[in-house]
Amino acid sequence: MNADAINDIAARHPDAFRRSLWKRYAAPIGVLLCILYTFYCWWFFSIGMVLEKANWNLASAYLADWVSYEIRPDIEFKDNYLTIDYSRFSKLGPNPNPDWVTKEMAVIERRVDAAPAPAIATDKSSQGSFMAPGAPTAENPAAPPDQSAQAAPKTVRENAVVAATVVFGNGRIAITPNLVTVTRGAESVIFDIAKDSSVMPRAALPDWIEQRKPGSTAYVSLGFFGRAEVQNDEVVAWRRFFGWANFVFDTNSPFWGKPFGEVASLIVSGERIDPSRSNAALAWDNILNNAEWQHGDVWLKLLQTIVMAFVGTVLASVVAFPLAFLAARNITPSLIANQTTKRFFDFLRSVDMLIWALFFTRGFGPGPLAGMSAIFFTDTGTLGKLYSEALENIDDKQREGIRSVGATPAMVQRYGVLPQVLPVFLSQSLYFWESNTRSATIIGAVGAGGIGLKLWEAMRTNTNWANVFYMVLLILVVVFVFDGISSYLRRKLMGTAGNGNDERPGRAPARLAPAARP
Amino acid sequence: MSATDVYRAPALSPEGAIVERHWRDLAARRRLYTIGGLVFLLVALSGSLWFANETNAGKFFDRLPYIADFFVELKPRDWFDPVRALFDLPSPYEDGSLKYDYPEGRVYLTQSLYIPEYFYRMIETLNVALFSTLVGSTFGFLLCFLAAGNITASRWLRFTTRRFLEIVRAFPEIVIAGFFLAVFSLGPIPAILAVSIHTVGALGKMFFEVVENADMKPEEGLRAVGANWVERVWFGIVPQVLPNFMSYFLLRFEINVRASTILGAVGAGGIGESLRLSISRGHEAKTIAIVFLLFCTIVAVDQFSAWLRHRLVGRQAFAYGRGE
Repeated sequence: MNADAINDIAARHPDAFRRSLWKRYAAPIGVLLCILYTFYCWWFFSIGMVLEKANWNLASAYLADWVSYEIRPDIEFKDNYLTIDYSRFSKLGPNPNPDWVTKEMAVIERRVDAAPAPAIATDKSSQGSFMAPGAPTAENPAAPPDQSAQAAPKTVRENAVVAATVVFGNGRIAITPNLVTVTRGAESVIFDIAKDSSVMPRAALPDWIEQRKPGSTAYVSLGFFGRAEVQNDEVVAWRRFFGWANFVFDTNSPFWGKPFGEVASLIVSGERIDPSRSNAALAWDNILNNAEWQHGDVWLKLLQTIVMAFVGTVLASVVAFPLAFLAARNITPSLIANQTTKRFFDFLRSVDMLIWALFFTRGFGPGPLAGMSAIFFTDTGTLGKLYSEALENIDDKQREGIRSVGATPAMVQRYGVLPQVLPVFLSQSLYFWESNTRSATIIGAVGAGGIGLKLWEAMRTNTNWANVFYMVLLILVVVFVFDGISSYLRRKLMGTAGNGNDERPGRAPARLAPAARP
Repeated sequence: MSATDVYRAPALSPEGAIVERHWRDLAARRRLYTIGGLVFLLVALSGSLWFANETNAGKFFDRLPYIADFFVELKPRDWFDPVRALFDLPSPYEDGSLKYDYPEGRVYLTQSLYIPEYFYRMIETLNVALFSTLVGSTFGFLLCFLAAGNITASRWLRFTTRRFLEIVRAFPEIVIAGFFLAVFSLGPIPAILAVSIHTVGALGKMFFEVVENADMKPEEGLRAVGANWVERVWFGIVPQVLPNFMSYFLLRFEINVRASTILGAVGAGGIGESLRLSISRGHEAKTIAIVFLLFCTIVAVDQFSAWLRHRLVGRQAFAYGRGE
């Protein structure tokens, strides 16, 4: 192809070769504007600063919390022994004795500088009265009765923990009253503890241990398996376990901690634990009222959300249906009626769902009534607008045909208009049902009830991320199930699975089967 | 034709009679399904209404007389006060309380020129919406070609991309916002992230459906002259889908303005937060000002977007659903 031929082609297609400046540079200008706008937003929201200040460790800890839980043993140094303590509402139940904390017991002598025991204290001078406060009784089962309860500082001999080891998946922390050995993988660090004054490592610290200044608390990170703090008076370990703790029964339930087979046999044929009701009823009640997971409440709230979306959409469709006929200018010839209805739709739509939700929450009090009313009002506007647009786009021939055989106006609508628009209407409503199942969650968080509020409360406390994830999973399941139902119904109605784009005029889908290509 | 001849419907042939009978059966079954469906819907609806009423804090009929309380309590001391609140002009009722401290919220650009507080908040919310739509559509744009059956041959890549888009779309915005609120503390960034992530899923889906309906002839031509994958997509597909993409972008922007307002109300800043605060503190004039501003903004955004979409894609601007 020589230059003449090229010029010839260029001369024949001026629209392709000599385009206007605007057409030539629209795309680069658009991209440039977007980039400039990004810089502007970066400055406006000071994104860089926020990202810098963000606590990413917190983020990963929260994410880990979604699918795991932590148990926190507190190992306190006493003069020549240790006490092991678990938080009061530990996930291990009232008497924790996990196998990942090994203890070495020995009979030791210790001074007790309790105040001179008054009469009441001497009376109950059994075991346990001189133990360190909070020490679980299970750990010193052989504590001998004290010999003398008269002198204030005194010496007792008893069985106590002298060394403990907390085993993590990838390491361990061995603790004695003045020495802590932290091991992760092949590396190991020994700390000398001077009680109540300092924590001194014997070697240089690896990067998974942080000590902000010499002698202060050492922060040990063991990856997913947990972390620990070696302080000068105690070692606090956070041991992480994969899974959801006590998901079915909480620690107060008589079924707690029992293997599945035992629970099943108790329910089927066991003796009644609670004489007033059967074991099955008791188990069900325990599951519903699980203090940590609140299954009953979560399911109730989820049902509220589903109901909000369902009722809101159905009522909106029912109300929008007749109004749309009033708003369509080819159905109702009165301009005043058209415009009034259309502006009414616009009003309902533009007063945001948020405002409607706040308004109805004030009116009805928090709960699904408020949420469904908000959805009802907003979607009456949106559906009405869409319905009336569909009506204005109908084919007039069918109506004329019906009218020409002398049908009444109602009959004309029924047989001339409705068959054309009903699938579209129903399909639109199904879309909104689907979409409202999602928005009902958000609306809930501003007080309109349902799972949104519960979710929001669980998130704001920052401690219950596993519960959050549980609710999110439930919501996802509900959304996917309803998406499935809705697209199945739509397919039945319209004969297509698409979202209406498939019916776009003027562009036939020209697809190449993937297999037909090299 | 004699008078005794009465008009009679022509008798059906035996085959015709069978067809007729089948048609009647079908029609009867259809009617049964319709009635069954309606009855089911009615039962479900009344059951739902009963359930909603039972579990609501206030009962429907008890609360109905008080339903307009919200508006009754909204009556300001005089009808210029909302205007003053809107433009941050000093109020004659100024008593040092938060209720009438309108000038306090001014955001000064220069010594004397200021943006009234609620306009500033509204700009913030609009920026959240626009920026997250931009971010979301950028990623949606990149991903949609991987999900389209006519562009991406690898079944696995397509499957993974589509499932990813689906999960991202179904994940409630509020959870993402809540999570990032915990990480970033209060501010609009969690809302940007939440809305952007949701937008990736929603727009990605709309985009790949457009791409799948694209005319493949330009792509074929480019393939014939040896263009690689990126060139085929960029010169063969993008020019024809861009108007539709922009139309969906605008539709999504409308939706995101609302979404970022709501997220604002749960703690992510912007006009939503101002609204929630002024309602809960009982500041009538401020509430009216905000509701009015919000209403006008949403109408303006909707009108502008509808006009532009109409220019871009003509009648296709008539979109189904909310594009989720």
